[in-house]
Amino acid sequence: MKTIEGKVVILGAQGVGKTMVICRYITKMFNRRISPTIGAAFYTCNINLERGKVKLQIWDTAGQERFRSMAPMYYRNANVALLVFDLTKHSSFNEIKSWVMELKRNVDKTMVLVLVGNKSDLVSQRTVDAEEASQYATSIGASYHETSAVCDDGGVESVFVAAAAGLYDLSEENHEHLNSLRINDSIRSILNSDDQPASPSSEDCLADRSIAHGIHEKPHMCC
Amino acid sequence: MANPEAPGVDDVIAEPGIEPGASAETMLVTTDSFEEYEQEMSNSIDDRQMKESTTSTISELQEDIREAPPTPTAVSPTEPKPEPPDDLELEDNTQQLSLNSLEIDPLRNTTWLAQRKHIFILSQAGKPIYSRHSSEDKLVTLMGVMQALVSFVQAGNDMIRSVHAGDTNFVFVVKGPLILVTVSKTLESVPQLVLQLTYVYNQIVSVLTQSQLTRVYEQRRNFDLRRLLTGSERLIDHLLNFMDKEPAFFLGAIKCLPLLPSMRDAISQTIVQTCGKIKNLVFAILLANNQLVTLVRMKKYFIHPADLHLIQNLVASSESFKTVESWTPICLPKFDSNGFMHGHVSYLAEDCQACLLLLTVDKDVFYSLSDAKQKIVEKLRRTNCLEAINESMNKASITTAEIGLPEMRHVLYKCKSTAQFWSPGFQPPYTTDEEIERLLGLYQCLHHRLHAPNRPLKLIFQQLDKETMLAWVTSGFELYLTFEPLVTKPDAINSVSKLLKWIKKEEERLFILNSPTF
Ligand SMILES: Nc1nc2c(ncn2[C@@H]2O[C@H](COP(=O)(O)OP(=O)(O)OP(=O)(O)O)[C@@H](O)[C@H]2O)c(=O)[nH]1
Ligand SMILES: [Mg+2]
Repeated sequence: MKTIEGKVVILGAQGVGKTMVICRYITKMFNRRISPTIGAAFYTCNINLERGKVKLQIWDTAGQERFRSMAPMYYRNANVALLVFDLTKHSSFNEIKSWVMELKRNVDKTMVLVLVGNKSDLVSQRTVDAEEASQYATSIGASYHETSAVCDDGGVESVFVAAAAGLYDLSEENHEHLNSLRINDSIRSILNSDDQPASPSSEDCLADRSIAHGIHEKPHMCC
Repeated sequence: MANPEAPGVDDVIAEPGIEPGASAETMLVTTDSFEEYEQEMSNSIDDRQMKESTTSTISELQEDIREAPPTPTAVSPTEPKPEPPDDLELEDNTQQLSLNSLEIDPLRNTTWLAQRKHIFILSQAGKPIYSRHSSEDKLVTLMGVMQALVSFVQAGNDMIRSVHAGDTNFVFVVKGPLILVTVSKTLESVPQLVLQLTYVYNQIVSVLTQSQLTRVYEQRRNFDLRRLLTGSERLIDHLLNFMDKEPAFFLGAIKCLPLLPSMRDAISQTIVQTCGKIKNLVFAILLANNQLVTLVRMKKYFIHPADLHLIQNLVASSESFKTVESWTPICLPKFDSNGFMHGHVSYLAEDCQACLLLLTVDKDVFYSLSDAKQKIVEKLRRTNCLEAINESMNKASITTAEIGLPEMRHVLYKCKSTAQFWSPGFQPPYTTDEEIERLLGLYQCLHHRLHAPNRPLKLIFQQLDKETMLAWVTSGFELYLTFEPLVTKPDAINSVSKLLKWIKKEEERLFILNSPTF
């Protein structure tokens, strides 16, 4: 069985719940005492798919305006972008569109995109409907998920499974042109398990000129 | 003197070696108490803009250590920045006052008007940026008046410094493109208030850098700085509350976590050995309960206590550091106001809540620092250092009663040569926030009188209603003491001498007497 390793960047406006979602996934708990991210935070996690193992290195970026110019340092080497917006704030959904344009402009290689509408528990305050979001997701070749970090019903898990599956597909599709996506067969991966990955910006792109973002995985919709 | 045995203060001074905590080695820049104030006062209007440092420590450092060709820096987004969301979630720092009347006009709200210390920040163009006790956009008119006052006096080629009306002081600081104003009913002196405003300014520089701050206003005089500061009001709020409670700021000193010197050395050495090979690492700072456990520095570079205070403020106000490794840009205004350092920030372990900051000028070394941190923690665990840190963190600070000084209630001891201070635990009556703040206020008054620019004093003995205060400054230390109200002078002096002996005996545990380098 193959083990692959990839980098994930989480992008989205301030306060949409990026940190909550990743914390929910990693700790399976809801942590009320989270403050705004300062700079960026780094997580790793392993996901077992039926097809194989995926090791994710995740950068949770800060949405505050003052950190905006640092985002390229994190998305430049990413294989997956989780684009998170707040279902109760239409402006945060609009911001996703400028993120996608920025990614298209600055990232040459193929990237898995996962669109995440968070705070689905706030049903009555909702201003972005599922239809609109999922249409937009299709138009950029992303899968679409709705999550609630407060009362999770499996949506959070589905986001990370989609990221892992997307990476897996990517590794099978374009073997030669992968950038910073590492594929190991199981034995090598054990041997190399602790060699050092590169820093956010030190790795140079092995450019794959296609801008065909996206994965062709059917979205793991939650109940 | 009634008691012939009681030594005079000079006898105590004369005792050799009684300057507890003194050391020739230090990692902190030692400062004069009113450095900021004097700098403010001596700046003429014209050189004010110029003086903001023109040299850059960070680029110097980067030059020094750049052997390998520099890796290209982050691609700057060509995309125009997305507009901020319409409904910026400005953190609401109003306490639960009668919010309704605040909504309409804070100036008509008696609770708001009665606040002991207001802080306002506005741009030179008069645009509101921050208000401590209400949302700043309700204060457009008030800030307009402040701006008018400042520019009116400026037009006469002068600077407005302070206005005094009854028990209220209005203090102004004009720095770079910003105007900072405090309206204070506390007993703090003008220099002390200037110092606090300067800290607030430095906090803003710490999140934006001086150069970015200058640039945005050069591009647009009318710029709305709140756009860049959203999320950082929290840091300013916290800093202001911190300064109301912590003597560290007016003392210009740092408090250390008490530790056996062998343990502290083991911790420092672990950091030195693990990080020694990582290039471009400038400071490694370990904080526990917001006290300094150790600080390892690159040779040649020192840290200013004011920068360390901002780091302490950042750590204390950022819950999000606790659960995860962060990679955070930090500007240290005294170190280099024009550039960011990059900080690997993490807590040592779930079972050891001490915060380690590894500060570098190289933004590409996150993963090496992350590895190093892992190794440091493993080693500290093996050598029982984590346990030692925990033990000290969990132990209540010793009180003067426990030291065997029944007539002494509390004390601040600052060692000048190392910019470190020590204070015991609070004991009755100083057990409520109000009492602690009142005590701090008394210390600040003494501090002001000792350092009054026109007539500095060496010794103050003051019998008040609720306590007797003694303050004493020598070339080696500053001492601020609180006694029972009816203590006699000889008894007080006697116990000072006992206290100094005790601190001397404990100095290796209470202070950091060496200054490890990478
Ligand atoms: N009701 C509800 N609130 C949420 C949810 N997720 C996050 N929040 C709240 O939204 C606020 C912001 O959450 P964060 O995770 O810090 O947001 P962020 O996107 O990481 O913000 P930055 O780090 O500043 O970019 C917090 O107060 C959370 O309590 C959710 O699913 N439902
Ligand atoms: Mg966050």
